[in-house]
Amino acid sequence: MTKVAAMVGTDAIAEAMRQINPDVVPAYPITPQTSIVETYAQMVADKLVDTEMINVESEHSALSAAIGAAAAGSRVMTATSSQGLALMWEMLYIASGLRLPIVMTNVNRALSAPVNIHCDHSDSMGARDAGWIQLYSEDAQEAYDNIIQAVRIAEHPDVLLPVMVLMDGFIISHSLGRVELLEDQPVKNFVGTIQPPYSLLDTKNPPSFGAFDGLHGYYFEVKRAQAQGMLNASAVIKKVGTEFAGISGRSYDFFETYRLEDAEYAIIALGSAAGTARTAVDELREQGERVGLLKLRMFRPFPAQELVDALSHIKAAAVLDRSDTLAGSIGGPVFVELRSAFYEAEKKPRLYNFIYGLGGRELDINMMKQTVETIQTGMSDGVVQSSVAYLGVRE
Amino acid sequence: MTKTADIKPYLRLERYPTIWCAGCGNGQVVGAFLRAISTLDWDPKKVVVVSGIGCSSRASGYLNFNTMHTTHGRPLPFATGIKLANPELHVVVMAGDGDTTAIGGNHFIHAARRNIGITMIVFNNGTYGMTGGQCSPMTGHACKATTAPYGNLDTPFDICKLAEAAGATFVGRGITYAPVKLESLITEALKHKGFSVIDAVTQCPTYYGRLNKMGSPADMLTWQKEHVISLEKAASLPKHVIQDKIVTGVFVKDLRPEYTTLYRRLHEQCGEDDCHD
Ligand SMILES: Cc1ncc(C[n+]2csc(CCOP(=O)(O)OP(=O)(O)O)c2C)c(N)n1
Ligand code: SF4
Repeated sequence: MTKVAAMVGTDAIAEAMRQINPDVVPAYPITPQTSIVETYAQMVADKLVDTEMINVESEHSALSAAIGAAAAGSRVMTATSSQGLALMWEMLYIASGLRLPIVMTNVNRALSAPVNIHCDHSDSMGARDAGWIQLYSEDAQEAYDNIIQAVRIAEHPDVLLPVMVLMDGFIISHSLGRVELLEDQPVKNFVGTIQPPYSLLDTKNPPSFGAFDGLHGYYFEVKRAQAQGMLNASAVIKKVGTEFAGISGRSYDFFETYRLEDAEYAIIALGSAAGTARTAVDELREQGERVGLLKLRMFRPFPAQELVDALSHIKAAAVLDRSDTLAGSIGGPVFVELRSAFYEAEKKPRLYNFIYGLGGRELDINMMKQTVETIQTGMSDGVVQSSVAYLGVRE
Repeated sequence: MTKTADIKPYLRLERYPTIWCAGCGNGQVVGAFLRAISTLDWDPKKVVVVSGIGCSSRASGYLNFNTMHTTHGRPLPFATGIKLANPELHVVVMAGDGDTTAIGGNHFIHAARRNIGITMIVFNNGTYGMTGGQCSPMTGHACKATTAPYGNLDTPFDICKLAEAAGATFVGRGITYAPVKLESLITEALKHKGFSVIDAVTQCPTYYGRLNKMGSPADMLTWQKEHVISLEKAASLPKHVIQDKIVTGVFVKDLRPEYTTLYRRLHEQCGEDDCHD
């Protein structure tokens, strides 16, 4: 039995956290993550959970406390956004290097400067090489589902890596949406109890975490093992995604395709933009255009081969990026990685990059259709326009 | 006190209205600051206002000086760089109590330790206003916050004692209920050579006031009036009597070499060439 509720994204996350009932939640408030922390603080105060909640004095401390608690063998969750994630930088690498299965929601928000509180993906995309698994969500439902799955993925013995669940600031975090909530017990059974391989509280076998081991130590091997954990994560994410359907009726994969099988043109998007893209696809289909959508859920690990397989029949694709690498003309991170994935492929679509929505700039259905028009024109003219365009920027 | 009209040139009125809620004390603190600075006859081009992040830190955007809106907790390091690069500038930092004592606490004590010539105005409303009324290190024990719905377990800092212990050479506290006194405190702080700190106790009716059932903004000011006590009066009273009071006045006024002065002196001592060795 599931319950259907109208919920904002932050409440959906807090609700999933209540059901998971983590041992420790250290957090520091930042817009637009704040309501997760507030709602959860109320749940802690009302004894709806057994969580030890620590109101720390900065995000650096939030993740540090999370790392300490996770090393002690607890199940730990936290949440942040933007500058908060930026301040966690040092600790992001410690968490993944120590193989601690922390689950963190990052409510996507632009990075300063100038100060901006609205959505873009520059915060989490900046952290893409920090060794964290990244799962993006299209709406509050997916954010809720991703959080529950994230616990299983992070704690899987083949993985043991921290997971970041991403949710678009305001667009998802503060908008009411339909969310199917699971009963508590199935969620509790699904996540089980944490079985840490090492724990600081295991006094019979006292472990040491992160010690300096000199020039001739094992740093390189540790990093290689981390890479392996990330490699293993793909199979685990797939398996957990399938198993999740058993309790919810909703299964999850690396990405989701929509009307893509017979499409000539594709839109590739992650986060809430996928919803806008789906409507644009439907409207364009009605006009007889063969357009489809690929919504990327898993950005880390990056499903390179699977994306190539799913898109090789496409003539041209519009790759949407809600952040920029600011690296010259190479485009946004999704574009850069997708293009690289296709390097050895025999059949490949022409890829165009559209950087959109920085600092919360509106993305509407017409703009989405405009991307398809642009790539269609590009293909029919035979003129190769610039591959990277900024959508909706005031020039 | 100069007339309100005189402070208009110091405001970027085109940026008005401010984001502040009706009844917020931030405007009162900024008003006191502007009246204070208007008595000093400083060239506005030589004044730099640096702020962190928070409701109060939005002040820099409304002020017609050189201003810099930085990141949460870090206005002091930015200001330190500015002051070291150009010691002739009058550098003022404006930040909330959260910005100053939580995320930026480290910078606060070290700026005080160095005694760098910066005036720090802490807008102390006892909460994180901007993010919606969470606990700050200045939230009173047992007071409510959105992250402490049944009361805060922690004990707050005393910003003035913290500043004094860390080495600030001018430390004072004022309240928004008494804007004239606040203004003269700020004037003294601005004139001081060294790190000067003003703990400006102000009201956040929207979050702190509402969560703690303190009534209207006027009621919050009345509360200040009922709880304020001057340092002189407090001196003769036992600790338990002044425990819940807001003690105002000048706590520290010391002379110790200012950091950029020491720096310049060292530079002169070793001469250009030696310094590059
Ligand atoms: C690194 C970082 N963490 C968190 C935030 C979110 N944040 C913005 S303002 C603020 C607290 C504001 O409180 P305070 O400094 O007391 O100022 P006030 O709003 O009360 O004037 C927080 C936590 C941020 N901007 N940057
Ligand atoms: S929330 Fe509080 S501190 Fe912020 S502007 Fe409103 S009253 Fe002032």
